[in-house]
Amino acid sequence: MKFKLLFFLFFLVLKSYSQEYLTGNISYLNEENKSISLEGVSIYWLDSSVGVVSDENGFYSIPFQESKNKLVFKMLGFNDDLIEIITLKKYNHVMIESSSKLDEVIISKRQKTIQKSYFKTQNITNVSSDELLKAACCNISESFETNPSIDVNYSNAVTGVKQVKMLGLESPYLLITEENIPMIRGASQVYGLSFIPGTWVESMQITKGSGSVVNGFESISGQINVELKKPYSDSPFFVNVYSNNMGRNEINIHGNKIINDKLSTGLYLHANKNSSINDKNNDGFLDNPTSDAFNLFNRWQYINTEKGLVSFLGVRFMKDEKIIGENTQDMVFIRDPWRGEINTNRFDSNFKFGYVNPSIPYQSIGFQMAYSNHDQDSFFGIRNYNINQSSFYSSLIYNTILGSTLNKIKFGFNYSYDDFDEVVDKKNIFYSRIDKSFGGFFEYSYDSMDAVSLVAGIRYDVHNNLGDFFTPRLHMRYQPFEKSVMRFSVGTGRKSSNIFSENQNIFATGRDIQILNKSGKFYGLDSEKAINYGFSFRQGFFINNREGDITFDYYVTDFKNQVVVDWETQGELSFYNLNGKSFAKSLQIDFEYQISDNVLIKSTFKNFDVKKQYVSGFKQNPLTPKNRFFTNIEASTNERENGSKWKFDLTYNWIGTQRLTSHTELVDFDGYSPSYSLLNSQITREFSNKLEVYIGGENIGGYTQSNPIIGGDPFGADFDTSLIYAPIHGALFYLGLRLKL
Amino acid sequence: MKYIFIILFFTSSYLFSFQDQDSKSAKVSFEVSGVCDMCKSRIDEGVIKIKGVKYANWNINSNNISIIYNSRKTKLDSIKKNIAALGHDTDKYKAKDEVYQSLPECCYYKTLSIH
Repeated sequence: MKFKLLFFLFFLVLKSYSQEYLTGNISYLNEENKSISLEGVSIYWLDSSVGVVSDENGFYSIPFQESKNKLVFKMLGFNDDLIEIITLKKYNHVMIESSSKLDEVIISKRQKTIQKSYFKTQNITNVSSDELLKAACCNISESFETNPSIDVNYSNAVTGVKQVKMLGLESPYLLITEENIPMIRGASQVYGLSFIPGTWVESMQITKGSGSVVNGFESISGQINVELKKPYSDSPFFVNVYSNNMGRNEINIHGNKIINDKLSTGLYLHANKNSSINDKNNDGFLDNPTSDAFNLFNRWQYINTEKGLVSFLGVRFMKDEKIIGENTQDMVFIRDPWRGEINTNRFDSNFKFGYVNPSIPYQSIGFQMAYSNHDQDSFFGIRNYNINQSSFYSSLIYNTILGSTLNKIKFGFNYSYDDFDEVVDKKNIFYSRIDKSFGGFFEYSYDSMDAVSLVAGIRYDVHNNLGDFFTPRLHMRYQPFEKSVMRFSVGTGRKSSNIFSENQNIFATGRDIQILNKSGKFYGLDSEKAINYGFSFRQGFFINNREGDITFDYYVTDFKNQVVVDWETQGELSFYNLNGKSFAKSLQIDFEYQISDNVLIKSTFKNFDVKKQYVSGFKQNPLTPKNRFFTNIEASTNERENGSKWKFDLTYNWIGTQRLTSHTELVDFDGYSPSYSLLNSQITREFSNKLEVYIGGENIGGYTQSNPIIGGDPFGADFDTSLIYAPIHGALFYLGLRLKL
Repeated sequence: MKYIFIILFFTSSYLFSFQDQDSKSAKVSFEVSGVCDMCKSRIDEGVIKIKGVKYANWNINSNNISIIYNSRKTKLDSIKKNIAALGHDTDKYKAKDEVYQSLPECCYYKTLSIH
């Protein structure tokens, strides 16, 4: 007869000091699989003289011994057991009769939803799909609100789009990849993250610092990689519905089918609709757009473990329509209303193939290619912005070792091709550009398997607009003790300057757009180039037998060239090449502590110093809070046998003052926005492993910016919707359901 | 011309990685006593650091280790001797008592009847 024994050992932890007792019951399973109490079992600490015998009810109570934690259970006719007691005060033991064999022990620990590794060389935070559930709605750009590494900001008062920042820099300076294929770039930069539904995501990896050379030269302040659900491992059927008090409704349906042991396929559907007119702040403008979106993704997965082959094929289509602007339904106009539309169609396809030689598991080869077309037609009042980007990306990578698996190398090629066509502003100026690049990379990693590891990479790219250049990057890790790790990274990055697609909030203003340089290859401007370096230290600890850790991260991005987006003068917006210094220094201190088995608290303080040389002087970046504070508490009840439990989550954000650019309607602020707090909360009821219902609120305190839209006449030069430092709408409440079969 | 540079970059990487591929690789699999994840990292780390071993992976469930090694640089017998010196028994060499006693608690494969 075979038994499975389940231990819930919560790792770690100091010993108990006072004279406390470990208690529990001892039983065995009889032939009918019934649990019977066992009397007369000898229980003693290994290598000590302290021992007790279980009573007629199988009960025992043994005093803790300092420095002893291995408990021996002995009884004639039963197997001797040696159990390591770490954090428990109560431990029930099941003895196994000598004739039978126990062949498996499962030790499980509650998985954290955000995990930072002690062992990875790079400063990578892994975000699981459970973490994504905490911000129930609805796409990736909104999912970072409970994550301290990434900041979420509104970019303007009309489009409802949230933009992410990392290390004080906007998302264009991040490399965002989908399963290691560069994904959100160029035309999709502003809205792209909102086009990936949260439920499609299996996990995300957030790398601080320059990252790996394998995926290209573009990452400057970090990388976000999104892993999507895999048909083979995802549940066969999943539905999520969501509705909020602002009139937004969302639905996600996933279906996965395993066709045979090698081939499986998944179909993922997402749709959302917001048809209600919201103008809670009575400024005459919709607080968030009315919208319709539809997203369909089909992927195929082929795995052949005998031959070491794995392959993916995916096809995806997305359509998104937003209507923004003045509330034409409830108001009478003597002039034309200020309206806008943002209509996007996107097609994606990708193919991946990997081969691992089954007899030489350290050698593998991977090939991937992707084609996408992104088409956005939009207007904001009388300003137009249309962009069409066709992209092709391909890479080939070979992994092997040098001598032994302590020294690994990767090398290969990337090729990328991007064709941009844009129609810009009132005069419909037409811009067309092709970016082509071909590069080779080589990356060496060393891992001593204990204290030291490093990843050193270099790549050389030939790019038609950026020129020919090397990109070196280095990451090092030193772990002097089990719970202390230090990391250092340095590297360069470059990017094309897609000024209009990255700064679409300029169109929802009356500002006169000017480009001050003429000779560069990107609208007259030069490409952007920066060096990023940083240091991180993490120390784990145990207080009161519970795990916690504290992390210090300090990163600096120093721009050699940057396209400065200058909002400093009212009624004007200018782009020009950096002439002087520009840097972003970011300090982040994270504290995390497991207060009890069921309660985890996380706190973060961030300080950003982001400055650059404008024409008008060396200044702090506008609308970038210098200080931020974040706290998240998550709690859950113990899971019942039927899989039911409650989960609670509370996030508090304090956002410090932000420099405001000068505008006659903002004179009262004296140049700085007020600081404010936001509170989000969610309660989830899991009825079983299949069904759960969630309810939650965002911005529960209801803090809003009093004057998100300024400048009077929306067709005048002073009109502005982009000087946004706080939420536009007040408290938001939602309700939803998830069903998994 | 500049593309040739990238091709050179690639081929030199390739040749670099194959510099020791010509030597004789041998693949073996045998049982090593152990219990837990901690044993796994001890065994994997100890074996990969033996000169000539290119790859080592110990399986917790089966207690089997797969090793790929360069047969010109080391011998199977010496790998097994090294493993026993780490405190983990193999078919040919057994761990010395004092080494065994110094193992982390969860690795006491002799007293622990479960694995």
